[in-house]
Amino acid sequence: MKFSLTWLKDHLETDASLQEITDCLNAIGLEVEGVEDPAELLKGFQVGHVLSADKHPDADKLQVLKVDTGDGQPLQVVCGAPNARAGMKGVLGLPGAVVPSNGMELRKAAIRGVESTGMMCSARELGLGEDHDGIIELPEAASVGHSFADYQGSSPVIDVAITPNRPDCMGVYGIARDLAAAGLGTLKPIAMPSFEASGSCPVEIRTEDEQGCPAFFGRVIKGVKNGSSPDWMQQRLKSADQRPISLLVDLTNYLMLAFGRPAHVYDLAKLNGAVVARRAKPGEQVTALNEKTYTLDASMMVIADDRAVHDIAGIMGGEDSGVQDETTDVLLEIAYFDPANIGVTGRKLGLASDARTRFERGVDPEFLEGGLDLLTGLIVELAGGAPSETVYAGSPLSEAKVVAFDTGLTARLGGVEVSEDEQRRILESLGFGVSADWQVKCPLRRHDIEGPADLVEEVVRIHGLDKVQSVALPRVEGVARPTATADQVLERKLRRAAAASGLHEAITWSFISEAEAEAVGGGHWTLDNPISEDMKVMRPSLLPGLLSAVQRSFDRGLSSVRLFEIGRRYLSSGEHPTLMAVLAGEKEPRRWTTGKAVHFDAYDAKSYARALLKEAGAPVNKLQTMGDAGDLYHPGQSATLRLGPKNQLASFGMIHPTLLKKFGIDVPVAAVGIHLDAIPAKKAAKGPVSFARPSYAPPALQAVTRDFAFLVSQDVPSADLVRAIMGADKQHIKFARVFDVFNGDGVPEGQKSLAFEVTLQPQDKSFKDKDLKAIADAVVAAAAKLGAELRG
Amino acid sequence: MTDLNSQKDKALSAIGDAGTLDALEAERLAALGKKGWVSLALKTLGQMSPEERQEAAPAIQQVRAEIASALDDKKVELEAAALDAQLASETLDLTLPAPQLPQGSIHPVSQVMDELAEIFADLGFAVASGPEIEDDWHNFTALNMDESHPARAMHDTFYFPDKAAGGESMLLRTHTSPVQIRSMKDQGAPIRLIAPGRVYRSDSDATHTPMFHQVEGLVIDRDIHLGHLKWTLETFFKAFFEREDITLRLRPSYFPFTEPSVEVDVGYSNEGDRRVVGGHGDADGHDWMELGGSGMVNRRVLEFAGIDPDAYQGFAFGLGIDRIAMLKYGMNDLRAFFDGDPRWLAHYGFSPFDQPTLSAGVGARP
Repeated sequence: MKFSLTWLKDHLETDASLQEITDCLNAIGLEVEGVEDPAELLKGFQVGHVLSADKHPDADKLQVLKVDTGDGQPLQVVCGAPNARAGMKGVLGLPGAVVPSNGMELRKAAIRGVESTGMMCSARELGLGEDHDGIIELPEAASVGHSFADYQGSSPVIDVAITPNRPDCMGVYGIARDLAAAGLGTLKPIAMPSFEASGSCPVEIRTEDEQGCPAFFGRVIKGVKNGSSPDWMQQRLKSADQRPISLLVDLTNYLMLAFGRPAHVYDLAKLNGAVVARRAKPGEQVTALNEKTYTLDASMMVIADDRAVHDIAGIMGGEDSGVQDETTDVLLEIAYFDPANIGVTGRKLGLASDARTRFERGVDPEFLEGGLDLLTGLIVELAGGAPSETVYAGSPLSEAKVVAFDTGLTARLGGVEVSEDEQRRILESLGFGVSADWQVKCPLRRHDIEGPADLVEEVVRIHGLDKVQSVALPRVEGVARPTATADQVLERKLRRAAAASGLHEAITWSFISEAEAEAVGGGHWTLDNPISEDMKVMRPSLLPGLLSAVQRSFDRGLSSVRLFEIGRRYLSSGEHPTLMAVLAGEKEPRRWTTGKAVHFDAYDAKSYARALLKEAGAPVNKLQTMGDAGDLYHPGQSATLRLGPKNQLASFGMIHPTLLKKFGIDVPVAAVGIHLDAIPAKKAAKGPVSFARPSYAPPALQAVTRDFAFLVSQDVPSADLVRAIMGADKQHIKFARVFDVFNGDGVPEGQKSLAFEVTLQPQDKSFKDKDLKAIADAVVAAAAKLGAELRG
Repeated sequence: MTDLNSQKDKALSAIGDAGTLDALEAERLAALGKKGWVSLALKTLGQMSPEERQEAAPAIQQVRAEIASALDDKKVELEAAALDAQLASETLDLTLPAPQLPQGSIHPVSQVMDELAEIFADLGFAVASGPEIEDDWHNFTALNMDESHPARAMHDTFYFPDKAAGGESMLLRTHTSPVQIRSMKDQGAPIRLIAPGRVYRSDSDATHTPMFHQVEGLVIDRDIHLGHLKWTLETFFKAFFEREDITLRLRPSYFPFTEPSVEVDVGYSNEGDRRVVGGHGDADGHDWMELGGSGMVNRRVLEFAGIDPDAYQGFAFGLGIDRIAMLKYGMNDLRAFFDGDPRWLAHYGFSPFDQPTLSAGVGARP
């Protein structure tokens, strides 16, 4: 909300400087968002007196003026304005001044051969209006030589952000009240213009819905003359970014901006019969002042007459019955609407207005009659007319909330000691009534006050939050205890393990496009109101985000991308913590040894999957490599790592080329996905953590290795043979590893040759030949069960 | 004897001249081989009388020893030379590039979250988390923002068409505050926690992204007041920025879930186009910057969370993680955080070994 310093001083008697005022506003919770000083903009523009105006020797439309600037040395100014003439007063921009409308710096220059020192300005050039037909004409009384800013009475404009709990500060007067409470001056009483009301109101006014509209006061004024509002009011409205429209409209805006009190003025000639506050009929339509037509439902309050709806109650008036220049008889409306109802209606209609902002937060129930009288008085004063007496329908909330306040709470909650006297002074200056035994009666305008904590806030903010001293939180004795949960430890470990293995951690959007979601099997959560189509569906997989990053990276000329993300997948079953890694393009760039780049393959993905799972504490030796990695992967180059058939911990492999194509990627991409919530949690032992490990000493006797080569059917996975071999003599076989896979010459069709290096560990005595033979026989026999035949 | 000596000299000279191990072996065979002249000379001893032998033997043995020693020395010399030659032939151009070990990085947001956890752990705060797809009740109602509350409209909420079991609208949490409610309901009081995580608002411009990160702080205990809140934030920021001149300004504000509510500003100055926190915001060349909202938890919120507001009270705060990360580490473009550009990540990301610790400094040194 914006207002000029002058306007503030209408209501606040103060000697405080602008800086002191803005500092105080910040300190009491009326956050200053900006200060603009029009005088800065109008620097170098002065009131000038045109002494003479002669024709330019070389240009028909130009005149050469002699302009007095008050120092006795008139300046010569070339001017093209048709209204420039000797004797007039206007605004002269001196060399060095910057024209507010276009940022041009004025300089002494020759115009068609005649020297010109400065420029006589139009209203548009100074950013004061649209008028550019001629230069500004100032009244005879304007004092020559004064800065135009001073003459105009321009005043710094303060922009404050009013929090939703303070509708009482959505008018300059309320802000002045807060400042006065903070000791920055004295609040002036509202100047009420006097007027004579006579005769009862000729229009019947009713409220048919006491819940939606508890109070509706009105008055007719006949014989008004609409026109333009006086300068002082226009200046104030403009400082609030409110465009002056006509006297009657400006007056309602003035009442709202100065006192936070919205009102409405109807053209009486357009009304028929009683004017009633009621619920809208379903489907009823009204064209509002913004020229848009709204269709209403039965929850919404309207003001209507016999014929039509004239006002979306508390939000916006109707176009039809709004006042015009020729309006002579008016009906004034001052009402109190249910704040919640206004909020719901406004949201439903998507209609924002200054009135709604105030009504939905709650206007002052005590300022209906006062507001109406103030508005009436101003109309009578400025537009003339004969006011009727007020007609009242309903009555606003009048029972004040009383809070039993314990002044000690200020220290206990607010952390600052404030004397009882000072607490009383603060509350009373804000309009609270404080009894001797601290029953605090809240002003009705303070809808935000619910209980003692709110009074603490009032006291502390006015007393000064800067007076709150820091107090250390009590801490446990000794060294801080660990706080991270097992899940957090897991994520942290995995994150650093992934980064240590060469992957960059990315964070990608949680929402993706529908097409991207479809590409990975479809999402489960689709936003009603996405910010864009690209961010519409909660990702069911981390892959789309990472693939998009890969695609962007390759578009930017990178040739190798290793990324991972730890984040959530959003499924119908909930949010699942997941690690996904993508390895795209070159694993190694072209090397001088071979001249060739090495690309990532499914085995790279596998080694990441296993390494990360090991870091995550999964029992990697028990993991089975199985199929069914899903449609996202290359069907022949992907697998899952499982603990038993039903518990999938990870998937890995090459991404399906069709999916890559959808993401515009034309290099192979290997990927790993780890379901963090599928990793079996370590059982937390009760009592103190045991850090001891199982005991171990390296075996004293040397291990020996033996090689075996088998012919086996192509479709037998090597891991099956490894498992069979390992199982042949669990006591002695420590390890079996494939070191050769061959299916060329000498290997029958449909078979492959697998060679294993088997590590044998003697226990208490070294192997004898017969021991080794027995183990070898067992290995061959175990392999034979899978149809493997020892190669000769 | 003369003959033997001259043969010896000849042999020693030949050994000395031997250029290869093969040539040396030939000399060894010529002298010490079965039919070598030394061996033959030794054989002559057998035909001698003991007296003759006693006289001749030492001389022959002496020759044999000298030859053998010379052979050994020469062998060592030749082998060393051969190894030198071999090594010389194996010279590599080590200016050629070696295979590069890939270097990964930790995202600044994760790094800063770890820093938060480390600092707050020292103050006794646990880390809590909660769902991002929330219901209306946890995100708004329980935080004292009922259906008609005007503050709701300020949250730019993303909604889903789905409804919770109790009929509440489902939405993307607009702040981490619902974690307060969930944690209080689960754990009761007293409680000290932070809750970092992703939050969402339908807002997008140069400094706002529709997804961003926030950390919530909550302390509920018997005698907690605004002074504790101020100390906690001051202490945190001093530790986080590792500066003693951090100055906070509390300004009254409004949040439905706290009462009193305060906005937290920190003093900063500009160095070039970078904001540097520290100093008093009203000092020359300094200004205040908003860091987050906070306040004493509204008793209604405590009631909603099942905590007795007459027995317990406390404070809550919320800070933007991305924002404090940018302030600390100098990033200037929030959108880049979520772009996944490996070059940006390599530059602004952190070594996995920059694990924040109190002893080494929570901040990652350049």
